[in-house]
Amino acid sequence: MNGFASFFQHLAASGIDLPYLYDSFDAARFWHGLLLTIELSVVTIAASTLIGIIGAWMQASRVAVARGIANVYVEMFRNTPPLVQIYFFYFGMSTLLPTVQNAYGQHLPLLGGFAWAALSLSLYAGSFSVEIFRSGIEAIPNATSEAAESLGFTRIKAYQHIILPLAIRICLPALTNNLVNLIKTTTLAYAIAVPELLYVSGQIWSDRGNVPEMMVTLLVIYLVLVGILVAFMRGLERALKKPGLGT
Amino acid sequence: MSEGRILPVIHHVGAVLKARGLPVTRLRAWHALLPLWLILAGATAHAASDPEAPGVLSILLRWSPLLLRGFVFNIIISLLSMLLGTILGLWLGLALVSQHSAIRAPALAATEFFRNAPWLVLLFFVTFMLPFQVEIGHFTIPFPGWIKAVLGLALAIMANVAEIVRGAVQSIHPGQWEASEALGFTRSQQMWRIILPQCIKRMIPPWMNLYAIVTMSTTLASIIGVNEVVTLAGQVQAAEGGRTDLLAPIYGYVLLLFFIYSYPISVWTRRLERKYATR
Repeated sequence: MNGFASFFQHLAASGIDLPYLYDSFDAARFWHGLLLTIELSVVTIAASTLIGIIGAWMQASRVAVARGIANVYVEMFRNTPPLVQIYFFYFGMSTLLPTVQNAYGQHLPLLGGFAWAALSLSLYAGSFSVEIFRSGIEAIPNATSEAAESLGFTRIKAYQHIILPLAIRICLPALTNNLVNLIKTTTLAYAIAVPELLYVSGQIWSDRGNVPEMMVTLLVIYLVLVGILVAFMRGLERALKKPGLGT
Repeated sequence: MSEGRILPVIHHVGAVLKARGLPVTRLRAWHALLPLWLILAGATAHAASDPEAPGVLSILLRWSPLLLRGFVFNIIISLLSMLLGTILGLWLGLALVSQHSAIRAPALAATEFFRNAPWLVLLFFVTFMLPFQVEIGHFTIPFPGWIKAVLGLALAIMANVAEIVRGAVQSIHPGQWEASEALGFTRSQQMWRIILPQCIKRMIPPWMNLYAIVTMSTTLASIIGVNEVVTLAGQVQAAEGGRTDLLAPIYGYVLLLFFIYSYPISVWTRRLERKYATR
């Protein structure tokens, strides 16, 4: 045993038990939980931002059906609890889907807990992103789109090359807020037994009875994860900053 | 621009519709109910294919009193935690704008800590850290799960309300402070009689948004074992023999309950935002 692990073993003997630093089994599952939380965060951040961009485009569409779908989607997911959404998808929807057979002939659901958690969290955060992008697009003066029009841009090209790049710069602070909330909301995957950080911490504290230490660890890790995201988004804001746009 | 032709630019939706002579329709509350009812109807048809099993709608109707009671419990938790969190958050927010850095620094640390911690982790924190009962002398005061849920949510609300208060106080024009100082008000009189009354208008929309989020978050209490609507929904499904085709309609029903409660609040909030923004 190396000095690092033995130090924390001594620390455990003296009352502060941090098993993920000296026990290889706990370390492995804790590490996997942390990786899964990061993975879930990255996947849902990407997917929800994409949903936001597409949804905001649909809300400004000339096709009434597209507008209707976007509006109904936003209102439904904003006004219902994310936990119940996850249950609804994981328990309700997965029973309606066909099952697949694995190599041993067992019937398994088509999508696992991680996939359902990623899907429902993306849809939940995406509904907030749509509103955020919409407010960014609305903040762009009409003269800009008229200028694009006189330069011969089509609607989609104007959105892609002119409106969206400007709108993203305007709504970055609000988007950061939403993504911070999203990272915090990934803990809900706990409810459907996705072995993310909170879930493995729960396993460790029920095995070892070291609730206070694990709690403090959890809070610190989420603080760090959120800090990394906020630092990244601030960097993005600075990198994308155009003189004369915004304040 | 030729009459009636839409050039390839993103106009405001209303403008585009008007230019084409189409009626401008607004989204109504019931529009969002349609998909949920479709799901319920689909599940009913699914269950109807098995004539032995009772229909989904009759099951939902039978258990409605229980589920509604659970939902009322959610509302009570949300109101109590919002009340407690707002009172605490107001003082924390005032500490954030204090002139003494000895008060400001710990308040800032507390706000950032509780704002960035996941609500579910805070709930676990309160659940495990507080005793199940408190003994004062000969009296034993029980500490049930729902009180812990209220306390856990109140901690998160406190930090968010503090941010709302800080934002509102700092958005007041500095001339208001200077003018009231020139009139001989003390600092605390300035805050309570001049600044805060002007802040209320600016604080109400974000505060209502927060309340909507809190209402959604009361479902987290089911994870720490409070008998609220999500817990009851699971028990109803188990009581009906664990039929898997019931899961979608039951959770759909719970989604519907929250939607009916929350949608009017969000519409009202947006209206207030617009109203106060134009001033």
